[in-house]
Amino acid sequence: MAKPKIATASLAGCFGCHMSLLDIDDRILKLVELVDFDKSPVDDIKKFTGRCAVGLIEGGCCNEENVHNLQYFRENCDILISVGECAIMGGIPAMRNNIPLKECLDEAYLNGPTVYNPSGKIPGDKELPLILDRVYPCHEVVKMDYYLPGCPPPADLLWQALVALLENKPMDLPYEVIKYD
Amino acid sequence: MSDKIKFTMDGVEIEATQGQTIMQAADEAGIYIPRLCAHKDLLPFGSCRVCTVMVNDRPQAACTQPVSPGMAVDSETPELNDIRRSIVEMLFVEGNHYCAFCEKSGNCELQALGYRLGMLAPRYPYMFNKHDVDASHPDIYIDHNRCILCGRCVRSSKELDGKNVFQFVGRGIHKRVAFNSDTDLSGTDVSVTDRAIENCPVGAILKKRSAYAVPIGKRKYDSQPIGSDIESRKAAVKQS
Amino acid sequence: MAENLERDVKQICSRNGNDRTRMMDIVREVQDRFGQVSGQAMNTIAQAVNSHRVEVESVVSFYSFLSEEPKGKFVIRLCNDIIDKMQGVEKVAEAFREELGIDFGESTSDGKFTLEWTPCIGMCDQAPAALVNNKVLTRLSSDSAREIVQSLKQNEDENRLLHMLGDGNNADPLVNSMVNNNIRERGPVIFADLKHGTAIHKALSMSAVEVIKDVKTARLRGRGGAGFPTGMKWEFTRAASGSEKVVICNADEGEPGTFKDRTILTEKPDLLFEGMTIAGYAIGAGTGVVYLRGEYAYLRPFLESVLAERRNKNLLGVSILGKTGFDFDIRIQMGAGAYVCGEETALISSCEGLRGDPRNRPPFPAQKGYLTLPTSVNNVETFCCVARILDKGAGWFAEMGSKGSTGTKLLSISGDCTRPGVYELEFGITVSDLLEKAGAEDAYAVQVGGPSGQLIGEADFHRKICYDDVATGGAVMIFNKDRNPLEIAHEFMEFFCEESCGYCTPCRVGNELLKQRLEAIIAGKGTPEDLDYLEQLGKTVAVASRCGLGQTSSNPVRTSLKNFRGEYEKLVRENKDGMQRTFDIHKALAAGEDLQGRKSVIYAD
Repeated sequence: MAKPKIATASLAGCFGCHMSLLDIDDRILKLVELVDFDKSPVDDIKKFTGRCAVGLIEGGCCNEENVHNLQYFRENCDILISVGECAIMGGIPAMRNNIPLKECLDEAYLNGPTVYNPSGKIPGDKELPLILDRVYPCHEVVKMDYYLPGCPPPADLLWQALVALLENKPMDLPYEVIKYD
Repeated sequence: MSDKIKFTMDGVEIEATQGQTIMQAADEAGIYIPRLCAHKDLLPFGSCRVCTVMVNDRPQAACTQPVSPGMAVDSETPELNDIRRSIVEMLFVEGNHYCAFCEKSGNCELQALGYRLGMLAPRYPYMFNKHDVDASHPDIYIDHNRCILCGRCVRSSKELDGKNVFQFVGRGIHKRVAFNSDTDLSGTDVSVTDRAIENCPVGAILKKRSAYAVPIGKRKYDSQPIGSDIESRKAAVKQS
Repeated sequence: MAENLERDVKQICSRNGNDRTRMMDIVREVQDRFGQVSGQAMNTIAQAVNSHRVEVESVVSFYSFLSEEPKGKFVIRLCNDIIDKMQGVEKVAEAFREELGIDFGESTSDGKFTLEWTPCIGMCDQAPAALVNNKVLTRLSSDSAREIVQSLKQNEDENRLLHMLGDGNNADPLVNSMVNNNIRERGPVIFADLKHGTAIHKALSMSAVEVIKDVKTARLRGRGGAGFPTGMKWEFTRAASGSEKVVICNADEGEPGTFKDRTILTEKPDLLFEGMTIAGYAIGAGTGVVYLRGEYAYLRPFLESVLAERRNKNLLGVSILGKTGFDFDIRIQMGAGAYVCGEETALISSCEGLRGDPRNRPPFPAQKGYLTLPTSVNNVETFCCVARILDKGAGWFAEMGSKGSTGTKLLSISGDCTRPGVYELEFGITVSDLLEKAGAEDAYAVQVGGPSGQLIGEADFHRKICYDDVATGGAVMIFNKDRNPLEIAHEFMEFFCEESCGYCTPCRVGNELLKQRLEAIIAGKGTPEDLDYLEQLGKTVAVASRCGLGQTSSNPVRTSLKNFRGEYEKLVRENKDGMQRTFDIHKALAAGEDLQGRKSVIYAD
């Protein structure tokens, strides 16, 4: 029987949650026995090669490319998991959510005390994805099935949750692994 | 005449002193009822509603409801714990709680209740309301993004510090804590040693230059759920 | 100016005895005099009454008729409750906007006008209505709105806005109002005649305990909505320790769609004061307070004159009607625009000059109420019933209505009907009989008891208006087939969000969340799971909120969902592809596209 496939993505995140996934250390060998990795920065597969059992999403949606990618994941994964605070609530990028976009960009690229920007322009190359009015938690954009909190979620949480899911067992997560920081 | 009475908590008979609240009696018996606005040194306030229990099948706040003989109190039921979690989740979405960099993380009672009640993510959408930060005072700063309007600072200042630094202004979702000052916090007579500062359950009122003193793993709620101290009394109560 | 301010504010405080428990009167006067309660005024007040600036700010920020920011000389408050909306308030609003060149929530640059929305002002039977300062203007149209602004610009006198006076005492020079009573049915309890003093006289011939016994025999229950037995409340208050006791009349008629107390206050104030005096005798109270909602300020001079007359006749004051030792007087306490003050403990807080936050119970007001004194708070109509019970006898009263709901009830009917107004009817009338009387043959939904009551449909029209079936404090709002129950619920949720005191979490946050999800469903973006979400959240608000108002604040959603589930189901749709319909990529991109001057390529359509 073919192994189930999992995919991962880092949207508006810092890749810390991916680092935490790698922190499962030698258990990664066991994970590879359990699953195949499909689209993911881990293996640099850019397009889904087939339907995936699980998609792990790090980061919220701060631009159109994040939204597009997240929707692409929703279309191709049976189960989508918000991994970490940014996916769950926008995280640090969402600190801009109660500041109007223009004010935010002006501060970042023009007026901030540490800005060095001789062009006096806000970056606007057409290759850059358009920024959204605010950062959206993943579940506001698509339906998410599970949430694994933490910044990042501890490797033990990711490991135990994934194994439970793949082995179709109830997630009985100990107190120590559920943390929001 | 004895002022002791008996009532049941989740079917177990416990003893209490007339005049106590349900929460005080439960605490003494080593039974923890989740709470946020309640504080042992302050008068009951009844605002957060996390301590909601059923008294003879009617909802009441355990922190304000006095005990009476023979009453039947339900507390640890799936329904009540869901309501409690629901309230904690409301507070998480009402404010802007970035646990990742909050100095109170690990020692925060709101966060700890989230852990204890099994919140992975709030079921409600985040409001992302705008709140102010006041860093005007040399020793204290206040981040209204993290304020849960429990009123502990308001009450501590009055009841314990003999001052009147804080008070609520506005109403509904616009309710917030204001300072007794023409300008900002620096214009008040608040002091870093005030109980009002230390009694904040979340990271809304913090002492400057004191952050992150305890490493992750050793903080108050890293490995012990909130309420463990009260529950550890249970063994002692049983022995006596 | 600054010196004047300080001097005048100090004078106002001193006129009120520099008494911090009279804070409401102080800040109301300052607001009237200066159009605001500025930070400087707060400091002066705090000093004068030996309080703290932040305590004054706490009060000022709570009530919608008070403000730290300056208001115009003329504050136009247009009522935006659902009935006014149905009667076309939006056109009136547009006329005000155009004529004044400002939007709601704004003031004109010359400081003359402020335009605001306000929740129900108790004029649903003559909507659309507005307040211009304390003047009530009814049956507005876009034309009359323009005339109002022009007249105010020209004459700078709100008294010159009235072309016609209302019926009955509305035409009394002290009321001088265009409000109409619209009393459609007069019953034997409230609207019958009573010779002043006869009920008091009768009460004084009995012992206080016997008076309470009479009220109990009549099985009188509170008319405000909760229906607590009045005699029992009085008994508790009488039995409470303390030599000084207080009677408070709740005239904070704020439940949208309720305007029955308005007609009592206009036409039957003597009956009310008679009842309060009897309560004073029964409880052993020397002080009576009428807490009058800010919106009814136009009735105050008239009510004061009635009180003065009663003092002249020794129906109030020392040794009333020669009864040595029975001293009782009544003062009027004005509210300042806060629905929650209709909750009895919030009302007491407000009377004491505090924010209108409800209090924890116990202690109950009967044990520890106004200024910690044992206090009985009763509704306007309840006191009137008491006077009539003493006059006509408990047996006579108890024969009317049903076993659990004796006597008559005033109902204020409004909405889609041909005969809106006030009806005094025996308890037990069915909703359908009521609809017939009101001329509402095509009723589709009826909100009984106001937003905190229930929205019922045809299946429940056979039910009876009484405490044990469909209970109401007096509001009956009628909606025909053209109205959408979800939009009705949404209107009411907006009201509760606006009026929540914010003290407890479920009411403060939960109602915002309910409103938000309801909006998504109305916009066609809801899923079947959203109905469970509403149900569960509504229940949490009902179970966990602190006061009676919070506990009923989710009723618009809960009862409309229960009785009009089909209307909800019509609007929700399964989410099959997992994409959230509440997320609008084009809306999310608009600001970015604007700033960058380019359109999205990914989301080109």
